[in-house]
Amino acid sequence: MAVTAKPKLDAHRLRADFPVFEQLFHGKPLSYLDSASSAQKPRQVLDTMHEFYATSYANVHRGVYGLAERSTERFEAARETVRALVNAPSSREVIFTRSATEALNLVAYAWGLDNLGPGDLVVVTELEHHSNFVPWQYVAKRTGAAFRHIPIDDAGELQLDALDGLAAEGRVKVVANNLVSNSLGTINPVEELAAWAHEQGAIMVVDAAQAAPHRALDVQALGCDFLALSSHKLCGPTGAGALWGRRDLLEQMSPFNLGGEMIRSVALDRTSWNELPYKFEAGTPAIGEAVGFGAAIDYVTGIGLEAIEEHEHMLVAHALERLAEIPGLRAFGPPPERRAGIVSFDIEGIHPHDVAQVLDWEGVAVRAGHHCTQPLMTRLGVAATTRASFYLYTVPEEIDRLVEGLHRVKKVLG
Amino acid sequence: MSEFDQLYREVILDHYRNPRGHGELDRPDAEAEGQNPLCGDEVTIYVRLAPDGETIDEVKFSGRGCAISQAATSMLTELVTGRTATEVATLPKDELLEEIGIPLTPVRLKCALLGLGTLKVALHKAKGTPLPEEWAGMAGDLDLR
Repeated sequence: MAVTAKPKLDAHRLRADFPVFEQLFHGKPLSYLDSASSAQKPRQVLDTMHEFYATSYANVHRGVYGLAERSTERFEAARETVRALVNAPSSREVIFTRSATEALNLVAYAWGLDNLGPGDLVVVTELEHHSNFVPWQYVAKRTGAAFRHIPIDDAGELQLDALDGLAAEGRVKVVANNLVSNSLGTINPVEELAAWAHEQGAIMVVDAAQAAPHRALDVQALGCDFLALSSHKLCGPTGAGALWGRRDLLEQMSPFNLGGEMIRSVALDRTSWNELPYKFEAGTPAIGEAVGFGAAIDYVTGIGLEAIEEHEHMLVAHALERLAEIPGLRAFGPPPERRAGIVSFDIEGIHPHDVAQVLDWEGVAVRAGHHCTQPLMTRLGVAATTRASFYLYTVPEEIDRLVEGLHRVKKVLG
Repeated sequence: MSEFDQLYREVILDHYRNPRGHGELDRPDAEAEGQNPLCGDEVTIYVRLAPDGETIDEVKFSGRGCAISQAATSMLTELVTGRTATEVATLPKDELLEEIGIPLTPVRLKCALLGLGTLKVALHKAKGTPLPEEWAGMAGDLDLR
C-alpha cells in the first residue's frame, strides 16, 4: 500500500522569516503565544510592501498613466489571490474592507437594514466574537427583528438540538457564526448550519477571521452566503480585510459606505452605483495593505494550510498535556482534533491579568481578558481567561516555557 | 509606429472628428444611458428596429467623452447596423476591439467598451436579452427626482 506522508512544516526554520524573534524581552527570547489576536509578519510580506510602495504605488483605478496602471494591476491581483484562497466563483464577489469587522458590519447594515423586520429572527451563537454579534444585535434592535443565540455545551461546542426550537419561534432570516472560535478554538459545523439556514430561507454569514489562517477554506463547499476575512491574523498587515458575498445578494444590496469610487454617475438629484465589487469600496482603499494581504496569503499557502493545521493540532495536544500538570488549572474547549491552535484556561484563585503579567517577565506573551466574547465568558462562569494561541512559527519549546512560567505564577501568587 | 501614434491612429481620429451615427432618434425602440465612472464618459444609445422587431435598422448615440470612447461608439454603430438584436446582445467585445485595432490598457478598455455595454443595456430593457454582468447589481440607485 502506498503511504502518503502528511505535509509537515518546520517551525524552527520558518521562525527565521520573522524579524520580531531576533530581539529579547526582559533579557529573554520572545515566546509569542498571542497569534489568535494578531499574527507576526514575515520578511516576505514586509519586503513586498516596501517594494510596492517604492516602485509601484499610485492611486488605483482612474489613473491613465503607467504607474497607476501598475498599482491597479497589483491591487486587483491581490483581489484574485483572496478569491483563490476561499475558492469564490468570481473576484467580482470579493470586496476589500478595512477588517473582518468592517466586512461583517457591511452585511449587517447593507443587507440587514433592508431585509429584517418584526417577526424575523437573527440567530448568532454563544461563542461569537463581538464583531459578528454586536452588529446583529444592533440591526435586530433597529429593525424590530428578534435576536437569538445557539447555546454551547460545557466543552464549548454548539448545541445544534436547539435549532428546532429557534425555527418554531419565527422566520429565521440570518444565521451568523464563526468558523473557528477565537476564544476556545472550536471548529464549528458551519456546513450543517448553512444547510439549516437555507431550509429556513435565511442567509448564512460566516466570520472566518480566525479560521482562514489555520485551515483551507472553500465558500462553495461551506455553502455560506457571506464570509469575512482579516489580513492581520494571517501574517498580513493591519487595515485590510475582505468580504466574500454571493453575487446575487451583493447585486440586490444597497451600498454601505458612500463616496468616491463606488459611483457610476452623480448629479444634483440622483446617483447611480458602480459595478461589483466597487459599489462597496467607497474611498481610496488600503492599497499597499491589500498588496501585503495578497503576499501574506501567498506566504501561508506556500507553506500549506494543511501542514499548518497539522502543526497546530500537534501543538494543542502538547499544550493540553503539559498544562494538565499545573494544579488548579482548568482548560476550556473541545478536544485537540476539533479545535484550532488556541487554548484558553483559568487558574483557580489567580486573575488572568496577573498570570499574563508574570509570564511577560519570562518573555512569554499571552492574552488575558474576555477576548471580545463576553457572552461566552458568562457561559463559562468566568470574568476572563488566559489564552495561549499558536501559529506556523510556534515551536513546542515555547509551550514548555509557558508551563515553566505558570509554575512561577503559582509560586508568586498562589 | 510609436505607441502614441498607434493609440491615436488616423482611423480613430477620423471617427472621433466625424462620428458616424451621432445624434438622437425620435421615439426609439430601445434606449439606454451609460456612464464610465473612471473618467466621466457619458453616452446615450438609441436603436430603431426593423418591422420584424429583431433587425437593428439604425443606431445613434449622443454624449461626451474621450476620443477612444467616442470613436469606439462611432465604429460600433457601423458594426451592428443590419444585425439582429439577439446576436448583438451577445456580441463578443473582441469583435469591436479588433475593429478598433489598437492596444488598450485596462482603464482605456472601459472607455472603448462603454458604447457596446450601453447598447446591450438598451436591448436588455427593450427585448429582455441578457444583461452584461458588469451592468448588473445597481439595485437601489439613489433618485431624488
